[in-house]
Amino acid sequence: MSSILVFVESAEGAVKKTSLEAVCYAKGMGGDVTVIAFGNEVSESELSDLGKYGASKVLHVNDEKYNKGVIQAYASVIADAMEKEGADVLVLANSSLGNPVSARVAVKVDASLVSNVTELPDTSAGFKVKRSIYTGKAFANVDLTKDKKILAIKKNAAEVKEVGGSATVEPFAASAPDGDFSTNITKTEKATGEILLPEAELVVSGGRGLKGPENWGMIEELAKTLGAATGCSKPVSDMDWRPHHEHVGQTGVKVSPQLYIAVGISGAIQHLAGVNSSKNIVVINKDPEAPFFKAADYGIVGDAFEVVPKLTEALKAAK
Amino acid sequence: MKILVCITHVPDTTSRIAFTDGDTKFDTNGVQFIIGPYDDYALARAVELKEQSGGSITVLNVGGAESEPTIRKALAIGADDAIRVNAEPTDSLFVAAEIANVAKDGGYDLILMGRESIDFNGGMVHGMVGEILGIPSISPVMTLDIEGDTAKMSREIEGGKEYLEVKMPFVAGCQEPIAEWKIPNMRGIMSARTKPLNVVEPSSNQSGTKLEKYEMPPAKGAVKMIDADNVGELVSLLKNEAKVI
Ligand SMILES: Cc1cc2nc3c(=O)[nH]c(=O)nc-3n(C[C@H](O)[C@H](O)[C@H](O)COP(=O)(O)OP(=O)(O)OC[C@H]3O[C@@H](n4cnc5c(N)ncnc54)[C@H](O)[C@@H]3O)c2cc1C
Repeated sequence: MSSILVFVESAEGAVKKTSLEAVCYAKGMGGDVTVIAFGNEVSESELSDLGKYGASKVLHVNDEKYNKGVIQAYASVIADAMEKEGADVLVLANSSLGNPVSARVAVKVDASLVSNVTELPDTSAGFKVKRSIYTGKAFANVDLTKDKKILAIKKNAAEVKEVGGSATVEPFAASAPDGDFSTNITKTEKATGEILLPEAELVVSGGRGLKGPENWGMIEELAKTLGAATGCSKPVSDMDWRPHHEHVGQTGVKVSPQLYIAVGISGAIQHLAGVNSSKNIVVINKDPEAPFFKAADYGIVGDAFEVVPKLTEALKAAK
Repeated sequence: MKILVCITHVPDTTSRIAFTDGDTKFDTNGVQFIIGPYDDYALARAVELKEQSGGSITVLNVGGAESEPTIRKALAIGADDAIRVNAEPTDSLFVAAEIANVAKDGGYDLILMGRESIDFNGGMVHGMVGEILGIPSISPVMTLDIEGDTAKMSREIEGGKEYLEVKMPFVAGCQEPIAEWKIPNMRGIMSARTKPLNVVEPSSNQSGTKLEKYEMPPAKGAVKMIDADNVGELVSLLKNEAKVI
């Protein structure tokens, strides 16, 4: 049976949903799940609650020095923890911190590493996992050939469910070498209060069909009614109608929500590449020939300026 | 400043994805190959940095002879010379080990590449190269400026940006809006033909994974069309059928 270490990330004092998914994924593998968490912003009780999702122990690097996600330092500490805990598997969320960190850990501990993992491994012969490739257009089944394995889990690939009680929280003495802190994080800018697009369950996106930034009020209103994050197509962020971090697609954010509503977006292949692993897609476009309808589950041919306010009203009424 | 830009040779974004040989090989039939879009951003920024403060750009690709037109395009965009490690890129560890082997004695101040390739979307090579070489690795990098021996960067984080500074050398996985893509001009295309493209044999045979099989997602069901005058029906479908609201 494997001993599994899970690296969890937190934001604003709470463990991120993608990290809860990683804990649940690890629990689903069977074996003993230990978590490593960094920084003093997340409380001991919040960490102890990870037991609900299947963790038995939490190693807490409760040190201000590790509040900021310094890629190299995190990699050193995680490699050290794998060694000390005798963990042969590391599980983490595929994220802007998880990816660069896991790549360095893989070299340090000589592990096989696979990112964008979408299903639990098949260990009946070897150690095989399924991963998403070609930006969601296909999958690859790969065998991890080294003794140690690292799995970076694609967002929304594992279900968050409660299975247990509480976990014991132990301090973990981090000892990353000074050289690891040679990257100096000078400032962090974070959208607060909003629902973050990469992790959202529901997303409402607008495209060039909305004609201008002044018309985004109705997109925001629809998103607010649903409790959804807002996104956009690339030309929209290129023209500065919306901030860059909302741009969805091949070269932007990849999302895999339960529901993706696309308004006035044609459905160019580069846009689809970022949304095709959404569970349900709704397309609102005045052009019945828009390619997006081919990728949609539900479609409305109509003028966004008429349909969106009506839809928002209907959703409010149905609450 | 000596810059190494690592590029991938990948199917054009609009390519139809299909597999052959019992789903173990990518079907290249009718597929056009391009420089990975994220690598294109890395190359474009390298060209701008060279224009500002001089230096040289070497492009590197781990791949077979079929990559050469893609490498020539990078030379046409502004790289000075190129290296092709003559091997099939099997997995991220293999590619990273080969890049690190080329880079270790090259005296590069900066190693740039895309945040991920658009075929395997691994996003791991930059970190592995950094770790093998014992230098910092930063990804996904959205802006990059050099002042003396220090680089100032911003990196995308979920729902925001992180600003950081690091001394060279380091590895960066790049993405937009780091630079405007460059389109090769006639002079670039002509000069690319005579720029050196050195082919070297792989140094090791490292790998951490073995491909078993490719798989296509299940076919999508037909779209349900709803009348624009009846948005209530959409609400009830989302509620009762899709169960997402
Ligand atoms: C290498 C590369 C990478 C790219 N990466 C991305 C990416 O990551 N993300 C991305 O989005 N794009 C990307 N693109 C661009 C992409 O090809 C398309 O140009 C882009 O997605 C189009 O955006 P759009 O659908 O908003 O605009 P358009 O194509 O202009 O479509 C607007 C749509 O709005 C509809 N419309 C107009 N008025 C109304 C109305 N009143 N009501 C309802 N509908 C209306 C129109 O029928 C049309 O379908 C990339 C391109 C390249 C070459």
